[in-house]
Amino acid sequence: MLSRVASSLFWLGRYTERAENYARFIDVNFNLSIDLPPEIKEQWDPLITATGDKELFVSLFGEKSNRENAIFFLAFDKRSPNAIISTVEAARENARIVRDTIPREIWEVLNDLHHYVQDAYRQKTWKDEDPKDCFKQIKSRLQLLNGISYDTMPRTQVWYFTKMGQFLERADKTSRVLDVKYHFLLPSVDEVGSPLDFLHWVALLKSVSGFNAYRKMYGKIAPTSIVEYLVLNRHFPRSILFCLMGAENCLHEISEAKRGYSNPAEKAIGNLRSDLEFADVNEVVKYGLHEYLDNFQIRLNEILSAVHEQYFRIRSNFTDEIQHQA
Amino acid sequence: MASLFDTYKTGNHFDEMFDAKGSCRPSYRALLESLSGFSEKKLMQLQHTTEKAQMSMGMTFNVYHDNKGIERILHLDLIPRIIGGKEWKIVDEGLRQRIQAINLFIDDIYHDQKILKDKVIPSEVVLSSSGYLKACIGLNPPKGIWCHINGSDIVRDQDGVFYILEDNLRCPSGVSYLLENREIIKKTFPGLFAGLSVRPVSEYPGMLLHMLQHLSEKENPTVAVLTPGIHNSAYFEHSYLAQQMGVELVTGQDLIVQDKKVYMQFTKGLEPVDVIYRRIDDTFLDPRAFNPESLVGVPGLFEAYKAGNVALANAPGTGVADDKAVYVYVPEMIRYYLGQEPIIQNVPTYLCSKKEDLAYVVENISKLVVKETNSAGGYGMLIGPKATKAQHDKFKKLVKDNPRNYIAQPTLSLSTVPTLTEKGFGPRHVDLRPYVLYGDSIQVLPGALTRVALVKGSLVVNSSQGGGSKDTWVLYD
Repeated sequence: MLSRVASSLFWLGRYTERAENYARFIDVNFNLSIDLPPEIKEQWDPLITATGDKELFVSLFGEKSNRENAIFFLAFDKRSPNAIISTVEAARENARIVRDTIPREIWEVLNDLHHYVQDAYRQKTWKDEDPKDCFKQIKSRLQLLNGISYDTMPRTQVWYFTKMGQFLERADKTSRVLDVKYHFLLPSVDEVGSPLDFLHWVALLKSVSGFNAYRKMYGKIAPTSIVEYLVLNRHFPRSILFCLMGAENCLHEISEAKRGYSNPAEKAIGNLRSDLEFADVNEVVKYGLHEYLDNFQIRLNEILSAVHEQYFRIRSNFTDEIQHQA
Repeated sequence: MASLFDTYKTGNHFDEMFDAKGSCRPSYRALLESLSGFSEKKLMQLQHTTEKAQMSMGMTFNVYHDNKGIERILHLDLIPRIIGGKEWKIVDEGLRQRIQAINLFIDDIYHDQKILKDKVIPSEVVLSSSGYLKACIGLNPPKGIWCHINGSDIVRDQDGVFYILEDNLRCPSGVSYLLENREIIKKTFPGLFAGLSVRPVSEYPGMLLHMLQHLSEKENPTVAVLTPGIHNSAYFEHSYLAQQMGVELVTGQDLIVQDKKVYMQFTKGLEPVDVIYRRIDDTFLDPRAFNPESLVGVPGLFEAYKAGNVALANAPGTGVADDKAVYVYVPEMIRYYLGQEPIIQNVPTYLCSKKEDLAYVVENISKLVVKETNSAGGYGMLIGPKATKAQHDKFKKLVKDNPRNYIAQPTLSLSTVPTLTEKGFGPRHVDLRPYVLYGDSIQVLPGALTRVALVKGSLVVNSSQGGGSKDTWVLYD
């Protein structure tokens, strides 16, 4: 497979996953606002902080966030490269690059999604009283995309590069959604373990479609268990460990290496995966969840660079000429 | 029952469906029959369905000048353009004759230049063409073929006679629309085909791949389609053809030349490529050999080509016969190389580089269509009868300042086909672009892209200027 095509497939996986996760982030708050006691205000800041886009937000809107500007920023602001409208467009551009490689239905669903988001933009959906349905639509269209991919994409490099992008992106986003909790402000320290604190955790689980499965596996809503579930669980498809295992498997399928590692990308991801596999949630909490996630992000970035170096880097066919000139 | 067409007026032009007396021509009778079961409202609904299908498929192009980045579709009119078997025979034979003569011509002018020495064509017309590449002198392309793909534009005058309006030998586009149009019409309006034996077009990608593979000596050569990238307006077509042929779609940056051999950069290393269907113009192909500014080309590609390590279709240097001043002489080429009379004539053309023609053009500019010899896409042209005095004056000056750069043709009466409009069916002008492939044999795809000027009375069919398209049916009989 062409390196450029592999890279586009990888980014197709990343951008669609990112768009879905932003729709989910926004959902956290919708879930919350329904259950919040009347005296507690919606908080949009934690979301913006956790996505890593806080600086851009402040430069565009100032310090004050509210429902309207936060939704606009996270979903429809073309000035933000991570807004849903931008990532859907980027996913579509990458799909356009590889449209000769991917099943036709995938292109068509993505293309329709693009038009759907553009229409929502033109209709200024963020000003709606209840824009929830729009995000539900976006989410289900992306799930449709995943479903079609699952059933139509041949399990060749086409599939593994796309899935690897998706897994690595999801690992990143799950770490961030968990970090949202760190940024949610409780009125006072005494509120830790209070009904409000509880509500935050439930909203978070719901946003990753993980509430029911969590209940089955752990029963009680307890922060330590939730952290274990979202970081270290080997069965939940959005947990960080699960995503790393998935991405590692993709790398092995691509290189046809059976065990261990055959290149630096596989080594980096194998190391991180086994660290998580042997981690104890109490150690994580003791270390500090926020710090632990920060550290995870740094190692994830190392993996991403190694993947790029291994598979996507294209030699400039102009190099010769530059040497002649030197 | 022909109530749909009761108010249809053919006007002064050759109408493809109805003759001057208003009777339906034989090739359209079955269509008229199947249409009679539909109301105008139902047809409008189906028209809307085709638009939605096109939108979903992303058969869109960007309209750059309106700055909103809004994507448009190439309007596909529901009513097909039909060509009977006998009429098609003329087109088929005429185009095969033409591509043969053009190939002999290109080979000649890069070798002995007999046709110039015999003064059948003035040397200065050929040698001054920007498409004439000195780098190609003495070259022998694989299998001796220069022009593998031609998409000539054909029009019909008042009497229904076919004429060649121009040849497109560089990178003729539109074939993907032809193929997709058929698919869409089949999907949205299957009833339309009832009782008609329409020749299929779906074999085109297979024909194209076969032709491309023929260019290599290898048993199972690797073929790739070379595109300038996603921002090119024909990108949809490039990726469509690559997918349909099952070959790689590459950009310049994917290719690398080592020891005069061309390789694709794969995730697992370098992979040799033998035949390139390039959709990049000659001068952008290789910044080392041609335009050094080119960012879409591949450094060293031309050297690899000269060494015989890679085949390019069409061959570099072919563009010289695409020059509208050289086009004028194609009938002479047919007589000179083949000893035959042209089966399809050129549209009468005034060559501004000829003194007497120049005088005529300046004198009669308001009646003529003036075109740049080296432009395509309906740009750089003047339609005399539709233009203002100021535009006439501007073109008079342009033509006088640089006569080599212009030709002029009488304003043609293009034929019309009934087209669905807001006010029922109306006659709209069309042209015809069939596709010819030259490999181990010469084949004309039995179908074509019919472009239609959607604006009432307009003669400009280019998609960039308000044109749409029609599915084109070639019948067996």
